[in-house]
Amino acid sequence: MQSQEVVQMSKVKKLTGMPLFLPVFCMLLVMLVNVIFDAANGNFPFNFFTISVRNGVLYGRLIDILNRGSEIAILAIGMTLVVSSSAGTDISVGSVMSLAASFCCMLLAGYGVASTSELAMPLIVGVLGGILMGCVCGAFNGFLVAYLNVQPMVATLILFSAARAIGLLLCNNLIVYVRNDSFGFFGSFLGPIPTPIVVAAFCILVVSLLLRYTALGLYIQSVGINKKASRIAGLNSAKIIFLCYIVCGLCAGIAGIVASSRITSADSNNIGLNFELDAILAVALGGNSLGGGKFRLAGSIIGAYTIQAITTTLYALGVSTEQAPVYKAIVVIIIVTIQAPPFKAFMKRMSAKRELAKGGAAA
Amino acid sequence: MKTKKINSNTLLLIITIALFFVMYLAGCVVYSAKGFTHLQTFLNILINNAGLLCVTCGMTCVMLTGGIDISVGSLIALDCMFLAVGMERWGMSAPLLCVLVLVIGIVFGIVQGFCVGYLQIQPFIVTMAGMFFGRGMTAIISTDQVSISSNEWFVNLANTRIFLPFGAYTNNKGVLQVPYIRITVVVALIVLVAIFLMLRYTKFGRSLYAVGGNEQSAVMMGLNVPMTKLKAYVLSSFLCSIGGICFCLNTMSGNVQQATGLEMDAIASSVIGGTLLTGGVGNVIGSFFGVLINGTISTLVKTNGKLLSSWSNIAVAALLCFFIVLQSIFANIKAKK
Repeated sequence: MQSQEVVQMSKVKKLTGMPLFLPVFCMLLVMLVNVIFDAANGNFPFNFFTISVRNGVLYGRLIDILNRGSEIAILAIGMTLVVSSSAGTDISVGSVMSLAASFCCMLLAGYGVASTSELAMPLIVGVLGGILMGCVCGAFNGFLVAYLNVQPMVATLILFSAARAIGLLLCNNLIVYVRNDSFGFFGSFLGPIPTPIVVAAFCILVVSLLLRYTALGLYIQSVGINKKASRIAGLNSAKIIFLCYIVCGLCAGIAGIVASSRITSADSNNIGLNFELDAILAVALGGNSLGGGKFRLAGSIIGAYTIQAITTTLYALGVSTEQAPVYKAIVVIIIVTIQAPPFKAFMKRMSAKRELAKGGAAA
Repeated sequence: MKTKKINSNTLLLIITIALFFVMYLAGCVVYSAKGFTHLQTFLNILINNAGLLCVTCGMTCVMLTGGIDISVGSLIALDCMFLAVGMERWGMSAPLLCVLVLVIGIVFGIVQGFCVGYLQIQPFIVTMAGMFFGRGMTAIISTDQVSISSNEWFVNLANTRIFLPFGAYTNNKGVLQVPYIRITVVVALIVLVAIFLMLRYTKFGRSLYAVGGNEQSAVMMGLNVPMTKLKAYVLSSFLCSIGGICFCLNTMSGNVQQATGLEMDAIASSVIGGTLLTGGVGNVIGSFFGVLINGTISTLVKTNGKLLSSWSNIAVAALLCFFIVLQSIFANIKAKK
């Protein structure tokens, strides 16, 4: 009887010890809440999972979450690499998103033009320009962190406050509208599937292939675990950190263009607002340590979509946009508390005590 | 003979102070026609940034321990909204509300400090959750813009001018203008002096430096590191609540979007004032000048009138960049020695 229990316990331990346990568990929990909510309201309980085709495009809450979560997922890729390699967070991604969007729209509409339906330049120039702007911002952050040894949070604080302001200057303090279908493509549909999902999937695929078939992932982890030892082992630590920040900037640029294409405009003040927090949260939720070192990209991606699922569920439950952060905060605190070493030690002591008591009773 | 060597931290402080004076004098020369030279311009910088000064003092204390507190902006929004709704809708007395706000700050700080000190969660993540929580709670209290107008005690407090005995001048209409400050400035300066003395002469103040300088040695010296950290966060949130009341006296309203980005202003002011984010080095006098530089930049941009307001953000960021690079160069030189 007791041995069976022990076997069960160890099975549970094995399950909770799995690296992707936390993000998957959270995702399932969110889905469960949705099912219960639908059932309680007398709707079909699996409303959450139904996907239908309306007007030739896919429609459903799952699709909505995948679609709206694209930007966070793209940002989470870059953020994971940055967190892993430099043990710090890049808090400028939201502002860089906004700057990339502004630069792209400025190129497409021309300087000082508030609204246009004709492109001033080929679409590809604007899009590449925006992405390039993201890379430049990433390189700036990377230079400060990798070569000047500035703390990541402080280094990215500069662009956090400046990038949005530069974007506003580029747009001459206007909200630039580019009312052109070709620009709106990145925020609309590719066949029946929303384009942002395709873009996010593409980014995830490229980065995961890169990590899988080159030694880059290993290098990044080793730099994150011990920078000095990696350098002595022959790795160019600074260069790897620099590279991670460029990739993070690149991701922010892509996310910025997707976000601006959704609304076919560059709203400097609102694009990417608080996205840096969501991206960091996605990384933490994915079971990655914010202290650097080992990372799991899949965890971050699932974390990103989980956050979007939480947000969407909160809206479905009737919580207003402004009040949603309270629940997000509670989720964050619970997650990080579970991961905290003193809490783990405390739980271990508790379970040891319980077993001791059990042993005493048996004797 | 005892010679005092200027170390790099003192040098940074001197650069900051010099920069402020250069900037202010440049403003006086360029905008003398727009009244920049009057004492009142300087006092207005103090009046507008009294809340920020309180917050920055708390932020400096937290940064000395090697932590960071990004929840301050939303805590101020929560304080302002609580004061505004408390006075206008619930009809509570203003002094009681002020005390309650301070209590909210202390409780907020205890929770954050517990997570950072005892649960060893990264300060950035904890205070980020605090930031979400504060902003969300503000929205739960009310999503409207609530103006304070009916509470006489509070309105009188906000309108009180304390005239200075010197620096009076007659303006071009022939009216005598006596320079004045507001209650908030007095409060902020008292906070500044108190924190300065605390950091310098009390056991708690010294242990803040010890924890930030090297946590391991602090533990070995027998300091209660988790408790010190907890106290630092309580102090930060408490000062932030005082700042929130000052802020509310300035704006006389509560609003969900109030004081967004204020945490970054406070951090920038501290860093410009020579506080290292790695902890252990810093001084509130530097932070004071950091706040003044911040205020001077925005006043210069406003006085110019033609520049977009985003220029002040860019200027602060550029200065921040300059100081960070300077700090890192000094640190690298030190490491090489």
